[in-house]
Amino acid sequence: MSSLAAFRAETRDWLEANCPPVMRTPAPADETVWGGRNPTWKRPEQKLWMDRMASRGWTLPTFPKQYGGGGLSLEQAEVLSEEMRALGCRAPLQGMGQTMLAPVLLEYGTEAQKQEHLPSIIRGEIRWCQGYSEPGAGSDLAGLQSRAVLQGDHFLVNGHKIWTSNAHYADKIFCLVRTDPTAKKHEGISFLLIDMAQPGVRARPIRLISGVSVFCETFIENVQVPKENLLGELNKGWTIAKRLLEHERKSIGGIGERGGGLGVTPPWELAKKHVGEVNGRIADAGLRQDIATYAMDAAAFQLTRKRASDEAEAGRPPGPMSAMFKYYGTELNKRRYEMVLAAEGVQGVGWEGDDFSADELRWTREWLRSKANTIEGGTSEVQLNIIAKRVLGLPD
Amino acid sequence: MALVLSEDAQLVRDQAMDFFREKSPILALRKLRDSADPTGFSRDLWREMADLGWTGFLVSEDAGGSGFGMVGLGQVLEAAGRTLAASPLISTALIGASALDIAGTAAQKSAHLTSLLAGDTITALAAEEGPHHNPGAVATTARAAGGGWMIDGRKTFVLDGHVANLLIVSATTQAGVSLFLVPATAPGVTVQRRIMADSRNAALVTLAGVQVGAGALLGTDGGGAVLLERILDRARVGLAAEMLGSACEAFDRTVQYLKDRKQFGVAIGSFQALKHRAAVLFAEIETTRSAVLAALTALDEGSADAASLASLAKAKANTTLNLASSEGIQMHGGIGMTDEHEIGFFMKRSRVAEITFGSTGFHRDRYAALNGY
Repeated sequence: MSSLAAFRAETRDWLEANCPPVMRTPAPADETVWGGRNPTWKRPEQKLWMDRMASRGWTLPTFPKQYGGGGLSLEQAEVLSEEMRALGCRAPLQGMGQTMLAPVLLEYGTEAQKQEHLPSIIRGEIRWCQGYSEPGAGSDLAGLQSRAVLQGDHFLVNGHKIWTSNAHYADKIFCLVRTDPTAKKHEGISFLLIDMAQPGVRARPIRLISGVSVFCETFIENVQVPKENLLGELNKGWTIAKRLLEHERKSIGGIGERGGGLGVTPPWELAKKHVGEVNGRIADAGLRQDIATYAMDAAAFQLTRKRASDEAEAGRPPGPMSAMFKYYGTELNKRRYEMVLAAEGVQGVGWEGDDFSADELRWTREWLRSKANTIEGGTSEVQLNIIAKRVLGLPD
Repeated sequence: MALVLSEDAQLVRDQAMDFFREKSPILALRKLRDSADPTGFSRDLWREMADLGWTGFLVSEDAGGSGFGMVGLGQVLEAAGRTLAASPLISTALIGASALDIAGTAAQKSAHLTSLLAGDTITALAAEEGPHHNPGAVATTARAAGGGWMIDGRKTFVLDGHVANLLIVSATTQAGVSLFLVPATAPGVTVQRRIMADSRNAALVTLAGVQVGAGALLGTDGGGAVLLERILDRARVGLAAEMLGSACEAFDRTVQYLKDRKQFGVAIGSFQALKHRAAVLFAEIETTRSAVLAALTALDEGSADAASLASLAKAKANTTLNLASSEGIQMHGGIGMTDEHEIGFFMKRSRVAEITFGSTGFHRDRYAALNGY
């Protein structure tokens, strides 16, 4: 047996023995495990599953063991993810610490910073949020005005961040701040790690069109941040900021691929139910074509993500594809919810009441939530700019 | 299924790219058009392609081919699409070779395959009867007569029909749709060339009391519908690969033009209105490439979802080449409307290829049906 086949067999056995049965069912949105200093558990198996996976470093499987990671090769990590899919295992832990901060910490952090932050991310002990956008700096992110002034052994920080996802639940924030207001805008930015459990840091949730509040405004007033919490060099934070955005785009772009896996009934099934069928086919030929058009683009996108990962495994140089994945995946997710609504008819636009099932009411809100997909993490228009510049080489 | 080209497939791809760029640039198609060439492609070049082994990619080794498969032939077709090369690759190396390899008897193979592999026999599939792809509706009939079959009917849009020496004809017998190998020289066969917008070959074929022997039946009596779909799925994906190549070339030329052309004192590629459209097209080309490679691979592996992937690949290739060729002309502006410039050739090829083996609407509907809705 090859070593990879042996790894697969061991992994399967371990997952069978250690993944609690209820963690092998699709996770409702309110059972996502985020970790943190004050985690909320809807059931004890969530914590058990997170702790067991973290004990092997499999919450960040390819990270070095010395920082608490799994030390797996890319191939092994793919095997782990395949075996988890086969068993229906839930993600043991999610969050911006894992998907966005950890990779740049590994690349740019000092040894002390890696030792301090990576193990607590991997074990789910600290929940991070992202301090990027500001009221005056959205697509023009580098125009940010939050200030950090170096005073001896610490920075004095004053600023106002917005769209900070789940900041009201987060323990720490990775933050872009201006450290040289006289330099050109991209050259005066630094990347700071700030503990939110201190006076002067305040997160205020923002109510959205879906009725929920996943984003906050975060105010930072006269907060002292130890000098050691600067990631990378002073005034060189933009490079790190962009690298982190690549990781963010990858993780957001994945939503197009997950498709119906998030607990949404596929639009063709909804159409059969609500529009009716003739000889096993959706009765409305126009809607059928619309749904097929969406489904085919979604299938082609899924194959493209697979092709990119197969090419990476085969050692072919990866193209600068994260902007394309972010653009296409998020546009697809919006189209999916539009198809869901079109298929449901009246059932798709209910807001409350017994006439609507819990799923229908949830999908109405998810449809609204999906509209942020093409805004957050860089708008579709920004992604198209990036493709035009970095992939196609079109001039500024 | 790994969506990555093997080293062998990459070598074929590189070889084919060099071959078509050197020997069959778009200028060659223009010359064939302007000289009203009676063949519509270069027979010498076709024999060179046969010498390179391309006619044998879909023919098994024991029948004299290499059995290299659809992924390999897809690389050749994509390269051919880059230069809009006119050749019988699809009619003969893909369709004819597939039909004989899948369903041919020993006698049929020995009669036709050697000559096909050598680049001598040209085949043409006569399966359409109206203006839209509808292989299931076959008004052409074949009735038992004279110890064989007598065929009557009218076939439209027969690719390479006017140069083929062997026609593969769909006809309805008492048992249902069946396929027949009909020599183009058989009494009662009339072939009229049709000049299409893309300057490639097509013909109207009429069959009036055409008598063929019992050995003309390809596959089983009444088994033609299933066999035809199998052959057509290969043809759809092969054509999609060719169209992908054309889309890539039209796109590359257009992006280059955006960098070169100056207006208002700057390159027009600096305008966001054009940048965004170019980036959208890039994304469509990448997703189409994945669909084509997945479909080629599925056909080689005989996957259960091969038919669904074939419709996916053809529909995506249709919309992507349509967009690439349309944006190509629009972004080139006035020069793109001239016959002297080559970008217009992609538009003409696009629309003919789009309706060949199933339009976008046909394949969306088929995809929905295959996936249970």
